[in-house]
Amino acid sequence: MNDSIVSLVDKYHLIAAFAVVGLTMYVAYWLSRHLTAGRLHGSAIAIIIGLALAYVGGVSTGGSKGLSDVTLFSGLGLMGGGMLRDLAIIATAYGVRFQEIKKAGLRGVIALFLGVLVSFVAGAAVAIGFGYTDPVDITTIAAGAVTYIVGPVTGATLGASSEVIALSIAAGLVKSILTMIATPLTARLIGLDNPRSAMIFGGLIGTTSGVAAGLAATDARLVPYGAMTATFYTGLGILLAPTVLFLAVRAIF
Amino acid sequence: MVIYGVALLAGCMLAGLIIGDVLGQLLGIDANLGGVGIAMLLLIFVTGYLKDRGKLPETTESGINFWNAMYIPIVVAMAASQNVAAAFSGGMVAILAGVLAVVLGLALVPVLTGKKVDDASPLESATTTPSGH
Repeated sequence: MNDSIVSLVDKYHLIAAFAVVGLTMYVAYWLSRHLTAGRLHGSAIAIIIGLALAYVGGVSTGGSKGLSDVTLFSGLGLMGGGMLRDLAIIATAYGVRFQEIKKAGLRGVIALFLGVLVSFVAGAAVAIGFGYTDPVDITTIAAGAVTYIVGPVTGATLGASSEVIALSIAAGLVKSILTMIATPLTARLIGLDNPRSAMIFGGLIGTTSGVAAGLAATDARLVPYGAMTATFYTGLGILLAPTVLFLAVRAIF
Repeated sequence: MVIYGVALLAGCMLAGLIIGDVLGQLLGIDANLGGVGIAMLLLIFVTGYLKDRGKLPETTESGINFWNAMYIPIVVAMAASQNVAAAFSGGMVAILAGVLAVVLGLALVPVLTGKKVDDASPLESATTTPSGH
């Protein structure tokens, strides 16, 4: 009986994921209303619950895809994977006024370059602080602080060791997860309540999953603006980190 | 028909991703450069064009709006499939590098946004409201 239910849920994994996420959202919005009196947004709580479940899933299975590595919840991987996530992000652009994007356009581009540079320097400074002296190691860890995709791509290009590449991925994951949690909490403080600051935020932070979830937890109307710039960030990082930024690190060390 | 809206969305996504891919290849990087952002711009322009000509009936719109409304649930599913365990097992180097990058990035948002001016006013009653509230 139990086995047949498990295999049924496994077979209809995407449908099961819809149900699980729906239930999570219900619980999260209930908690938001009754425990925080609406101060912490329901979607922020839902994302935090999701991350907590991902931690439990990852620790219990040893896999790399959080809760979706648990057979019963494998549909979460498809539902929250890159394909449907990008489709939904694009859909949020429906109805956006192009004027808003044009107005913040230049600042958005500046934010992109500054964002990659600042994250890289932050990562490099930490790597140097922990005693790394090889330019390849420093660059790879620094690239990880840009995003968890830029890190391993840079490391592979430069021929970094697998340990350092793993570190760079971990640094990018920390950045992404922290962005999901810290954005709604600091939004008011940093003035993240209009299309312009959302575009700048997307350019400065850049990690797509972090920006996508962070803005969703803050104000869903800001999502298209932040996502618009963030979508260029990883590509720019892959362009700059193994080339110009690596040369700069090598010139110093 | 609803599928027209979904197909329009899918078409914009594919076109954007192809352009982003070509851009990446032109720059010699193994990555898609802004494909999703380009797709978003395409969707804004194409739907704006159709709407002005009255060729975007409500049923077509609902095909796009459904995916718009599914955004937050999809992000929750995404959060639940992140490699959170690996993030914490990376040790202090990884944690500090990630934290410092976020703190500096957030701190720079008000610096680049600049003083509050008219065109950076908060979204009070935007014409578009992706649901999820």
